[in-house]
Amino acid sequence: MLALFQEDGLRQVLQEMEALYEQNQADVNEAKSFGRSDLIPSIKLRHCCLLRNQRCITAYLYDRLLRIRALRWEYGSVLPANVRFHMSAEEVQWFGQYKKSLASFMRSLGEGEGLDITQDIKPPKSLYIQVRCLKDHGEFEIEDGTVILLKKNSQHFLPRWKCEQLIRQGVLEHVVS
Amino acid sequence: MSTQSYFPVPPGVGMEENFLSLDDILLSHERLPVRTECSFPRLGFLERSSDAHDIPEGTKMELPLWLSKGLYERKRKVLSVDLPKVYKEGWRTVFTADPCVVDLHKMGPYYYGLGSQILHFDSPENSDIAQALLQTFIGRFRRTMDSSQNAYNEDTSALVERLDSLEKALFRSGQNGLNSFQSWEKGQASQLTASSLVLNYRKRKLADVQT
Repeated sequence: MLALFQEDGLRQVLQEMEALYEQNQADVNEAKSFGRSDLIPSIKLRHCCLLRNQRCITAYLYDRLLRIRALRWEYGSVLPANVRFHMSAEEVQWFGQYKKSLASFMRSLGEGEGLDITQDIKPPKSLYIQVRCLKDHGEFEIEDGTVILLKKNSQHFLPRWKCEQLIRQGVLEHVVS
Repeated sequence: MSTQSYFPVPPGVGMEENFLSLDDILLSHERLPVRTECSFPRLGFLERSSDAHDIPEGTKMELPLWLSKGLYERKRKVLSVDLPKVYKEGWRTVFTADPCVVDLHKMGPYYYGLGSQILHFDSPENSDIAQALLQTFIGRFRRTMDSSQNAYNEDTSALVERLDSLEKALFRSGQNGLNSFQSWEKGQASQLTASSLVLNYRKRKLADVQT
């Protein structure tokens, strides 16, 4: 879903761009000072290469942001360590800012009461659902104060909105009869 | 990602590329046969068949689409772009004879995409090329659509291997529709599922354990 950030690859591309730019600077100066208009096609070619590299880098970074944004919706607001490890520092920062924007937007809905729009992405059929626990997750408190112990393979009948996040994270499994 | 949250930039339509589309970037990596109409000093190293310092005028070489588009000027002083075999009259006749038989993946894989981009180079055959692209697509579309709507839960590699990348995208889209409908019919549509992030991580962990 999100591969390791290619820091080295990016650095190489930027170095190549620097070299192309310097060669073009030199050729432009020579063309201007000595009337060497025959150098212009080569200058244009190097310029095309610079634009190409710029396009590739921009598309790479943008596609990653689209995937990182999708993670907020798909997985939740706290990303697992193995995913964060694949992100650059700037991407982690971007995720934090996106989270904040989304949260303040959600708070503003319903005349200040707030609405969690990352829940109920599929229209709910019932208030309560049957779930099976896929791994030990410890204690879990529901609205009326009862504490449920989420032990591997235990099954529970729980309010849907409490479970949605845990299902997405793979802790619980929705059992549909 | 089989969900509704990741929306990659789609390829452009017709002769327009989308700057940020990864598909269009891959498409524009395809090479075209060109002939230089001026010299390119100090870039001789790009042309591997000779040791010259410069690329002389009249050199025949292959350049990627992105470079050809960038250098090409209608006034013709810089580059003239030749048509790849697949878009020439010979192959065009084959396509119009029986479009369904051709392996467009081998001929491409970006047969329609590259064909549309080639129209930028003012070939006298442009209108014939455009017609051939259109007729080929029309001829093949019905079969692609039918197979994508009827192949449920089976190995589709035989159906897909002769499709160009645009047709493959259409096929995938048809399959998604079919699978969504089937899952709705079975009452699975309302089942909450784990994020694909979790499912892929689990699959990888299993694979690690098995090795």
